Amino acid sequence: MDKKKPKKVFVQGAIPPEKIANSVANHQSKTNIGAHSIFLGQIRADEVDGKTVTAIDYTAYEEMAEKVFHEIREAAFSKFDITCAHIYHSLGKVQVGELCLFVFTSSAHRKIAIAATNFFVEEIKAKAPVFGKEIFEDETHQWKVNK
Amino acid sequence: MKVTVKYFGLVAEAAEKSEEVMELKGQLTASELKTQCLNGLSIVDKDSVQIAVNQNLDDKTTLKDGDEVALLPPFAGG
Repeated sequence: MDKKKPKKVFVQGAIPPEKIANSVANHQSKTNIGAHSIFLGQIRADEVDGKTVTAIDYTAYEEMAEKVFHEIREAAFSKFDITCAHIYHSLGKVQVGELCLFVFTSSAHRKIAIAATNFFVEEIKAKAPVFGKEIFEDETHQWKVNK
Repeated sequence: MKVTVKYFGLVAEAAEKSEEVMELKGQLTASELKTQCLNGLSIVDKDSVQIAVNQNLDDKTTLKDGDEVALLPPFAGG
């Protein structure tokens, strides 16, 4: 079954916007779905002490992160009546304005899909061992911390 | 006994390495190994560094031969 199989979450570099359109297109044959909910994380040009972030370089403890993503999926499927769920996270350098996280859940009804997407995003931010180096225009950097 | 220690993010940067195999003498908890590994590194908030043993967050366990220990700075996914 679609929901039990561990899936590859990490993608190298930015998530192309076309991936979102393609994902939607791939679900049009599943006619028990009445609602999709999508979250897209985009790199923000934060200003810190007069310097502007130009990119985030993501690294991860990949083996543990894939395990955590799988546990989050299992928890989401037992908590919410969703038809399917897909998550993608960038590794490596992602420029400002580009996408680094794509969460896509589908359900018969909107409230479930929206709640499930929110659950995924909060769990990923809290539990996935992913690290982000915020790179400024002068090539200096600082380490991002989720709030 | 030997354990593999993996460093990530700002910890890897401060340690100037991403992985090493350490020979341990006697019984050591994950937390004690963390203190030993971070000793001398320029990390402002050492309490914010979490430990995973064989990919599970755990600082209480006593380490065994062949364990994989990871030192994880604050998460920043998404």
